[in-house]
Amino acid sequence: MSLHKWPYANEIGREEHLECDVLVLGGGLAGCYAAIAAARKGQKVILMEKGATKRSGSAGSGFDHWESACTNPGSQVTPKEVAEAYIDEQDHYSNGIAHYIECREGWDRLLDMESFGGKIRDTEDEFKGAEFRDDETKLMYAYDYTNRYTLRIWGSGFKPALYKECQKLGVKVLDRTEATSLLTKKEGDKIIGAGACGMNVRTGKFYSVSAKSTILAMSRPARVWLFNADLPGLCEFRPFNSIGSGHAMGYRAGMEFTMMEKSVRGEFSAAGRSYPPYSTGNNHNTWYGATMVDARGVEIPYLDRDGNELKSVSERFNPAKGQKFFLKGGVIDEAKYEYRGPETMPFEELAKRGYKLPFYADLSKMPEMERKVIWGMMVGEEGRTKIPVLKYYTEKGFDPEKHMLQSYGTGWQSANFLGQERQLFGAPGGVITDWNLMTNIEGVYAAGDQLYAMDCGGAASATGYYAGRKAAVHASEIAPVEYDRAQAEAEKERLLAPLYTEEGYSWKELNFAISKCMQNYCAEVKCEELLNEGLDLLNTYSEDIVPKLHCENPHDLMRTHEVLDILDVSKMILEACKMRKSSSAPLCFQRSDYPEMDPEEDKKFLTIRLENGKAVRGEIPHDYYGDVEEMYEKYNRDYIEEEAPKYYE
Amino acid sequence: MSNKELFASEVPCSANPITYNKELCIGCNSCTNACPIDVLVPSEVKGQSPVVMYPGECIYCGACVMECPVEGAIHLEHPLINRTKFVPVK
Repeated sequence: MSLHKWPYANEIGREEHLECDVLVLGGGLAGCYAAIAAARKGQKVILMEKGATKRSGSAGSGFDHWESACTNPGSQVTPKEVAEAYIDEQDHYSNGIAHYIECREGWDRLLDMESFGGKIRDTEDEFKGAEFRDDETKLMYAYDYTNRYTLRIWGSGFKPALYKECQKLGVKVLDRTEATSLLTKKEGDKIIGAGACGMNVRTGKFYSVSAKSTILAMSRPARVWLFNADLPGLCEFRPFNSIGSGHAMGYRAGMEFTMMEKSVRGEFSAAGRSYPPYSTGNNHNTWYGATMVDARGVEIPYLDRDGNELKSVSERFNPAKGQKFFLKGGVIDEAKYEYRGPETMPFEELAKRGYKLPFYADLSKMPEMERKVIWGMMVGEEGRTKIPVLKYYTEKGFDPEKHMLQSYGTGWQSANFLGQERQLFGAPGGVITDWNLMTNIEGVYAAGDQLYAMDCGGAASATGYYAGRKAAVHASEIAPVEYDRAQAEAEKERLLAPLYTEEGYSWKELNFAISKCMQNYCAEVKCEELLNEGLDLLNTYSEDIVPKLHCENPHDLMRTHEVLDILDVSKMILEACKMRKSSSAPLCFQRSDYPEMDPEEDKKFLTIRLENGKAVRGEIPHDYYGDVEEMYEKYNRDYIEEEAPKYYE
Repeated sequence: MSNKELFASEVPCSANPITYNKELCIGCNSCTNACPIDVLVPSEVKGQSPVVMYPGECIYCGACVMECPVEGAIHLEHPLINRTKFVPVK
């Protein structure tokens, strides 16, 4: 191991103060669309991104299907129908506002993407005549071919196209700059957003940015329960950089969150119990509809919602008799009867009938177009598949006409996690907002994975754009918010401290300890005493270990800041778990001391925010957002009258 | 505060995700600039392949390969634990 001189400029101690109308934190799909929307409205926009906007975020390397674009020309369902189906399917622990925006404006954002140079149609007629393709518009559909509301798209080109559009519109993109804290101002009980601080992760230069509106567009938290010090880059589903810094800085600033008590048994951790996403034989999401066979090569039956065996591949993509439409996608596992789509026979039944493990995906048994669209288009365009799956396995000799790819375990996840190995997955907790996507901090908005109960790139894109235009209106109506130099100074000192400790703990050691703490004290079954133990241990880390964190360069400093955020988010999760005094099936939340499942009086959103260092509990009824269509139309007259029509001419 | 000297050491891990074909790589650092995670840093010698400074942080997204202007100059390899088995159809 050789010691290298740091290859980038040393700007430790240097700083720059910037001013803008709209500041966007996070340059994934949501952040880029937000920046574009605000810039289109003539606002001066700064976008701060920890990685490289061209390829960062969950969809950085690709994105294969866009869910719930209910107003596309082939759609047979309305935005209201699908949004309300999601709300019902998730037992009202659902983000009705964001889902409706996704369903109502997703198609508009796809047309934007096409205008930026992204590919959303089969323009080369590669799939001409396929059941999932509309030969007139050349649009290609996934999942429900009757209702045609989810599109297959060529997302490996989306982030570069968005990055280019941001530059074209004059957005100032601060790449390799982590956002670390919100600047705020207090007026009585009211908190007002004033911008944010950040640090260049290559040079150490400190930034403070004054903004009239700020949009949080970062990821959901990760590395809370799952950590691997050897291969940390593989220990979560979302990219390694995406660890919930927006949640942490929001919580520290007094922002309100909900559903933070929800966590699920792990589904992906390629540093341990699973394989990289989409790289195994399975029949979910990107691979939906794939033919599965057992060890003997015997085909595993697909069933409709009534348990009838399906006879053709086509039937896997169409609703059951008497069913209007079905739900499939990132957050849908076993849908309720009303929305349940075709699925392979449950493992228990297969075992009884003598089917043998291991199972495989056998695309050779599918019609040519279905095979080609899974292996070559979906696997290829989905994030982290073009090179590590499609190219890699092709080079190793995999041919979907001649080979079958193994599945691990008994289900589509190809994984067998323990109950305490948990993740924020499947519509987890996050920021709660009003119909403007504004948080309880005035002038601070949230979009994409930052919002509670979110999923899917289409939802990130649609809510990003929506937050961007709302933030632009706000910025155009207010005077600049006063810049509090003392807040920035304190943040700078916090950020640089680990460079100046003599020696001490590494970020990895603390992250590992936090994840062990969460596995021990915030496992599958929770109780007050264990949750208190967990908080106690994390507090000792804050007091005793954090001052001893040590690193040698801005890269490791960034990783250290991430773990400080993970520590704060973990405390928020423990506090949120303490607040719910019952168990809940939709929240995957079990308490041994409060075993009653979903009592009527607890069917509501519990909220959490920090006030004077204490976690404060709040309650909001499930239906706080009202009728989704009516409320959307009430809040968006300008968009409906001035902007939307041009997408439907 | 500005007097702090900065260093980096390669942080080895059990895997070797990214390898360069030194004959093909032109040392343009397109991969370094595309990597969302900053796994790579430029070589101290101009024109040489980047240093894989943080291999354990690699997310195996392939952005480095996608951005590389020279076919075959970078190779992405999964750790042994993550290589899915495939067999001839039955």
